[in-house]
Amino acid sequence: MRGILSAAGYVPYRRLRRSAIAELLGTGGGKGTRSVASHDEDTTTMGLEAARLALGPVPAAAPSALWFSTPTPAYVDKTNATAIHAALRLPVEVDALDFGGALRSGVGALSVALTGAGTTLVAMADMRDGLPGGPDETAGGDAAAAFLVGEDGPGSPVIADLVGAASATDEFTERWRTPGERRSKVWEERFGETRYLPLGREAFERALKTAGLEASAVDKLVVTSMHARAARSLAATLGTAKEALADDLTATVGQAGAAHPGVVLTSVLEHRAPGQLIALVHLADGVEVLLLRTTEAISAWQPLRTVAGQIEAGAELPYGKFLSWRGMLTAEPPRRPEPLRVQSPSAWRAEDWKFAFVGSRDRSSGAIHLPPSRISMQGGAVDDMEPVCLAGTPGTVATFTIDRIAYSPSPPIVFAVIDFDGGGRYPVELTDVDAQSLSIGDRVEMTFRRLYSADGVHDYFWKARPVHRTPQS
Amino acid sequence: MSSHGIKDRVAIIGMGCTPFGEHWDKDVDDLIVDASMDAFSSAGVTKDDVDAFWIGTATSGSSGMTLARPLQIQGKPVSRVENFCATGSEALRAAAYAVASGAYDMAMAVGAEKLKDGGYQGIASPKPAGDGTGRTLTAAAMYSMIVPAYSKKYGLDEDQLMDVLATIASKNHANGAKNPRAQFKKPVSKETVLSAPRLAGRLGVFDCAGVADGAAAAIAVRAEDAHRYTDKPLYIKAFAVSTGTGSGLIDPDYDYTHFPECEAAANDAYAQAGVADPRHQLAMAEVHDCFTPTEMVLMEDLGFAERGTAWKEVLAGTFDLDGELPVNPDGGLKSFGHPVGASGLRMFFECWLQLRGEAGPERQISTDRTLALTHNLGGYPGEMVSLVSIVGSELG
Repeated sequence: MRGILSAAGYVPYRRLRRSAIAELLGTGGGKGTRSVASHDEDTTTMGLEAARLALGPVPAAAPSALWFSTPTPAYVDKTNATAIHAALRLPVEVDALDFGGALRSGVGALSVALTGAGTTLVAMADMRDGLPGGPDETAGGDAAAAFLVGEDGPGSPVIADLVGAASATDEFTERWRTPGERRSKVWEERFGETRYLPLGREAFERALKTAGLEASAVDKLVVTSMHARAARSLAATLGTAKEALADDLTATVGQAGAAHPGVVLTSVLEHRAPGQLIALVHLADGVEVLLLRTTEAISAWQPLRTVAGQIEAGAELPYGKFLSWRGMLTAEPPRRPEPLRVQSPSAWRAEDWKFAFVGSRDRSSGAIHLPPSRISMQGGAVDDMEPVCLAGTPGTVATFTIDRIAYSPSPPIVFAVIDFDGGGRYPVELTDVDAQSLSIGDRVEMTFRRLYSADGVHDYFWKARPVHRTPQS
Repeated sequence: MSSHGIKDRVAIIGMGCTPFGEHWDKDVDDLIVDASMDAFSSAGVTKDDVDAFWIGTATSGSSGMTLARPLQIQGKPVSRVENFCATGSEALRAAAYAVASGAYDMAMAVGAEKLKDGGYQGIASPKPAGDGTGRTLTAAAMYSMIVPAYSKKYGLDEDQLMDVLATIASKNHANGAKNPRAQFKKPVSKETVLSAPRLAGRLGVFDCAGVADGAAAAIAVRAEDAHRYTDKPLYIKAFAVSTGTGSGLIDPDYDYTHFPECEAAANDAYAQAGVADPRHQLAMAEVHDCFTPTEMVLMEDLGFAERGTAWKEVLAGTFDLDGELPVNPDGGLKSFGHPVGASGLRMFFECWLQLRGEAGPERQISTDRTLALTHNLGGYPGEMVSLVSIVGSELG
């Protein structure tokens, strides 16, 4: 049996209240909130967050491939999945591939993984905006999702089995953006709707047929699309029970483009109800339909952090900060030198430290060295250390400060000395933090971020963030 | 470890020091020439009498040619040294040790720095990004972490501690106001210090030392030769350096309320000089007050106050110009300014003036005691170098 072994969504900490847009611009905005990636996040770091959360409940699983999909990549030409690969410390023989470009690629990668072979970690991430006051800025969202897909096995049973699938492809220009452009353009709405409705109905029926099922058997229906109107209309006409329609999270998270079907599907799986038939329908230049049935094993599956929990834990971001983080409003930088480009050979030598937060532990004294050291600070043992990864180890704030004059893409820098549970200390920048509420003794966890970019080279490293999100099962 | 020191074997016979501050009209060569010429005339010698030279600069030049070129020193050994903010003192340490070894009869140390041309707030040392995982925090932020740590450890309210720190800033500005060479020659009230905008943690702009341009110089000979040049030489009693490994940053036992490197250097210096009770034996101390909490903590590291009591001594005026042990009588880094490579020698210059009774009626301290201490630290809490020296106006 092949299917989903684990799943996770990642919703960044910050929320933009849509009504805040009209408060500044006089027009635009709307109801509810949208999620906002921090200034130090990109699709790669969010994809990693989701991947870490997905792998957490299945420590025994060993992916043989990592597929990362986003229409808003941190790099082109250079593979983005390799940074996630490094941060997860995946073995060198694990293939890391990008599925780029289109809004359809995320769910497409999941679909290919479900019908393929091996154990595949599929991650998808997106950051949606447009120009200030535009509909995509309001309706969009930033999020990521990850799925571990493979055969049923001990330690990593299938929690949702693929029972049917179908796709439909058609060439029509409904939403488009040329590389490098910021704003997506859309054709008159009705045109897209009249294309998606028949394509969607036909593909949905074909998927049910492959599974030998009726529409009425669907327990949960997920319909996602950047074409919100088409998604709404289609959901109402598929013949499924009214109560089967899942919350599409657009009121809280917003429409997170290529990652959105993954996030909503995960939120449905997180109900952990066995025997449920879930239909996922994603509209983008055609249709992808996946029919999944949850297994008995899903009751024992323990997500580290649910999508619902992350939505609840969010904190508001002023619209001005949002515009600044998105590069739409240039704020005065501190009068300090900007950092220089990361040196590639140096970053490569430090790969485990930089990407996976791996230090070293002296075998004789037990002293933990961050970054790794060849000679121990306690006892002076030489070349007698073992690697120790603290990326997943929580810690406590020993002391902290706020630096209002240091260079940062979003000043001020909140900085703390962290003592890790079980030993080890590291002074590090905090993120996703409200400095006013920070105290000595607060609990934090590590998160992978983009510190800055210089000469087009992104500097990825770890920061700490307060443990906002209460673990939920 | 054996650290024997060179007590009473070497004497300073002449010194020079430029005013510190914004020398927009002088480059580093001008500052070096000014300080050196002052030192030559102070000792009554010329560059031809000097056998070997050391120039200390952190960022304003590389190699001994930083000094040899502006002074046109021909065919003599000239070396550059660097050890963060201890750089200037390191130059004198090298010169003094060279004389003590018998290698040279007369050696000169010059420290110089030109920082204001950089155009940034604070000290900005450009370094390659490497793997991109290094800290980008300012020194002010690193030292600001002393405030919550010290408050918590000794049960002080943070506001109370800020009042103590403002007292330190105000004291050093009052001292600087009387010193014609200081960068800031205006008294600053505690209220002004406390109401300044915060830069890092609870530290405001008046909790931070001034970034400045400047240079200072000293000439050293064997102690037995000193009286050929001056009636009032200053004898080297001790030079001690303690260089940290940086492990304080990653050692969970480090608590940000003390600097072990400074304590170690002080203990070594006291042993070399035979000082048992620094608070009652020293006439004065020049310490590295890069930020106000630094000076407070140093009072304990240097043995001037018991652990956890420096704040009380500060409020009691113990370290004021007319206090029991004047600290930073020249204004300190705080108001005299901090051109990194020159600061160590600037401290010796103040000892030179005070122990010889030449500081002027406005700010001359008592010369009943004949020993003075200088202290540098460079780096950050948990990862620093420290240098402590002791000089005296009498042998023995």
